[in-house]
Amino acid sequence: MTDTIILTVVILSALGLVLALVLFLVAKKFKVEEDPRIDDVEKAMPGANCGGCGFAGCRAFADAAVKAENLDNIYCPVGGNEVMKKVAGILGYELKEKAPMVAVLRCNGSCENRPKTNTYDGALSCQVKAALYSGDTACTYGCLGCGDCVAACSFGALSMDPKTGLPVVDESKCTACGACVKACPKQLIELRNKGPRSMRVYVSCRNKDKGPVAKKACAAACIGCGLCVKTCTHGAIVLESNLAYIDFEKCKLCRECEAVCPTGAIHGVNFPKPLDKELIKQRIAERNRKAKEAAAAAKEVNNA
Amino acid sequence: MRKLTFSIGGIHPADSKFSRDCAIETLPLPQTVYVSMAQHLGAPATPVVAVGDKVKTGQVIAEPAGFISAFVHSPASGTVKSIGPRADIVGRPVNHIEIAVEGDEWAEGIDLSPELITALPESREEILDRVKKCGVVGLGGATFPTHVKLNPAPGSKAECLIINGAECEPFLTSDYRIMLERTKEILVGVAIMQKVLGGCKSVIGIEENKPEAIEAMNKALAELPYVNIHVQPLKKRYPQGGEKQLIDAVMGRQVGSGALPISVGAVVQNMATALAVYEAVQKNKPLITNTLTVTGDCLPVERQHNYLFRIGTPLSFIAQYAGGVPEEAAKIISGGPMMGKAISNLDAACVKGSSSILYLSREATLRKPASACIRCGRCADACPMGLEPFLLKRLSTAEDFDALEKNAVQDCIECGCCLYSCPANIPLLDIIRQSKAKVMGIMRARAAAAKK
Repeated sequence: MTDTIILTVVILSALGLVLALVLFLVAKKFKVEEDPRIDDVEKAMPGANCGGCGFAGCRAFADAAVKAENLDNIYCPVGGNEVMKKVAGILGYELKEKAPMVAVLRCNGSCENRPKTNTYDGALSCQVKAALYSGDTACTYGCLGCGDCVAACSFGALSMDPKTGLPVVDESKCTACGACVKACPKQLIELRNKGPRSMRVYVSCRNKDKGPVAKKACAAACIGCGLCVKTCTHGAIVLESNLAYIDFEKCKLCRECEAVCPTGAIHGVNFPKPLDKELIKQRIAERNRKAKEAAAAAKEVNNA
Repeated sequence: MRKLTFSIGGIHPADSKFSRDCAIETLPLPQTVYVSMAQHLGAPATPVVAVGDKVKTGQVIAEPAGFISAFVHSPASGTVKSIGPRADIVGRPVNHIEIAVEGDEWAEGIDLSPELITALPESREEILDRVKKCGVVGLGGATFPTHVKLNPAPGSKAECLIINGAECEPFLTSDYRIMLERTKEILVGVAIMQKVLGGCKSVIGIEENKPEAIEAMNKALAELPYVNIHVQPLKKRYPQGGEKQLIDAVMGRQVGSGALPISVGAVVQNMATALAVYEAVQKNKPLITNTLTVTGDCLPVERQHNYLFRIGTPLSFIAQYAGGVPEEAAKIISGGPMMGKAISNLDAACVKGSSSILYLSREATLRKPASACIRCGRCADACPMGLEPFLLKRLSTAEDFDALEKNAVQDCIECGCCLYSCPANIPLLDIIRQSKAKVMGIMRARAAAAKK
C-alpha cells in the first residue's frame, strides 16, 4: 500500500519536473519580443475596453500608441487629458491637450412637446423602428425613444426618462466615448465641448422641415427662423436647411440666442443663474439701436 | 388537374377573403391628387411639368431617371399646384406632384372604348416601347419596371412565363376580382408578354381557394385564339405568390441564392400587371388605375369594397368614401396582413402598387410580449427559403455579419412566416430584416470594390 503511494508521488513529481523543463525551454526558444512600454501604457489606461478611441480595446490602443510616431490621431476620450499625459510621459511624445467633451442629445421632443400620432408595437429597437417608418410622431427627425443609446453606453451614463420619453445624459458618468453617437439611427447625439464649468449652449433639435411643418410636429422644434443667427455677435451660428447649429468652438456662452429663440429649441445648461430673457432682449435692442445710429451717422458723413 | 405547391416551409393563415363577392366599383376623382415620384423600384422619376401647367389625364408628368425607373402619368386633368416633398404612407418625405383636379379630359391617342382587341402587335420592340412609355410596373408588390423584366439580358432565354394569380395574402381580393371581371383582357396581356418573351410556355398559377377564377380563366382561354397558355391550380399556402416559391411550385426548379428567376428560365408577372400590359399595348392607356380592396376583420362585409382607383388619390379620401375608418380599427395596413406596411399617415396618396386598405382590430394585430426562444424550430420549419430564423436572430444580436452572410440572411424574402409561427412571440423578422439590409450593404460594397 505505502509502496503504491510513494511510487505514484515519485512518478507524478518526475513527470511534473520533466514537463516544466520542456515548458521552460519552449518559452525561452519561442519568446515573443514585445515592447515593454505596451504593458506600461496599458496599465495607465482606464481599462474600460469601450472602443471609444477607435481601437479594439485598451491593449490595442496601447499597441497602436507605441507604434505611432506621435499622438496626433491617438486619444483616449475616456481617460481624457490626465491619462494621455501619463501615456505621453511613458512614450516621451508631446501631447496636444483636448477640451473634454460630453454627449448631448439634440432632440426636444418630449411627450408634451411632440404629440404622438400613432402607436408602435414592433421590436423595441430604434434601429428596427427607423427602418420601418418615420416614427410615432409627426417629426421625422426626432428621438424614437427605444433606447438604443442607453443599451450602447458601457458607463451607465444614459437612461430613459419615463416622463419625457427621451434619454438623459449623466454628465458625471459620460466619458464621450461616442458609442451612443454610433448607436442612434437618427444621429441625434453629438459630442460637444463640455465647456467651462460644464456650461453649454446648443440647438436641441435636428428637424430640417420648413417652419410650419416642424412647429406642427413639435412645439419645441427649430423652425429655422434665423433670429439666433442675426442676434449672435460671434458668428457661431449657421442656418442650413431650416436648422440652426451652434459651433461650440466659437460660442462665447452669452445666451443671447437662447433668449431670442421663439420655440425654446436652444438650450443653455449648467449656468449658475436662470436665463433673464427680458434683460438680454433689452441689451440686444440697445445694441441694435446704437448700431443703427452709427450707420445713420456714417451715412451722413458719406453724404457730406 | 393535380394541384401543385412549393417544396419547403410555408404557413396556412386564415383565408379571411371577406370582400371576394364585392364587384369592382369605380372611385370618383378627388379634388386634389398627389402623384408620387417613387412609385416603382429604382430611381425616383424626374418631373417634366412645372407649377401652373395644365395637364390632361394620361399625360406624361415625370420621366424615368435611370435604367431601372419608370414614366409617371397624370391621373386626372387639371393644374399642377406644387412639386415637392410630401409624406408617404410611412411618413417619409417623397417628391410628389400636386394636381388640382378640374375634370377628366384624356390626352389624345388613348383608346377608351371597352372593345376587346385580340390581335397582337407585330413587333417586339413596339410592345416593349409601349409598356415602357405607359409606365407599367410589376403590381405584385415590388413594383419592378415591367419593360426591364420582359427584356432579359442577352444570353438568357425565358422557357416559361408564370402569371401570379396566387393572391396568397389573407384578406386581399383585388386580383381575384379582376380575374373574374377582366378575364379576357388579362389573357390578351398574357399573350402579349408571351410573344415578347419569344413564344414560351405560359402558366397561370391560381390558388385552389379561387375555383371561380380558375373556371373563368379556362372558359375564356377556350374562346381566345392563343396557344400554349394554360391554367395551373395551386394548393393554398402562404407565401405561394413569392417569386421563387411560385417558380418552385409551377416548374419544380429552385432559383439559387442571389440569382434572378431568368437563371432557371422563368419570368414571373402579376395578374394586375398582365391587365396593365393589355391596356398599355392594345389601348395605349398608361398605368394610372389599379384595383384596391377596402377590407378588414373589424369592417362589416357590407362596408367592404373593391375599388378601381386613380393613382394619387389620398387614402383618407378612399377611407371616407367607403364610410370612414371603423372605430375598432387598431391598425391600418396597406397591402396584406403578412407583408403589407402599417400606414402611419392616412393622408398619403395611393401609388401604382397600392393593393388594399386593411383595417385590423386590436385582437388581430397587437403583438404579445416576447419570451425566450425555446429552440422549438417552428420558424425553421416555416421558412420557405430554408433559413434558420432563430439562428439568424441570434447572430444579428451578436452583429456577426460574416456568419449571417454564410447563413444566407440575404436570401430572406421577408414573408413573415417565422414571426407568424413563433410560439414565443419573438419579433424575428424585425431583427432579421435589419441585418439583411446590413449584410446586403456589405456585399454591395465588396462587389463595388472588386469592380475597381
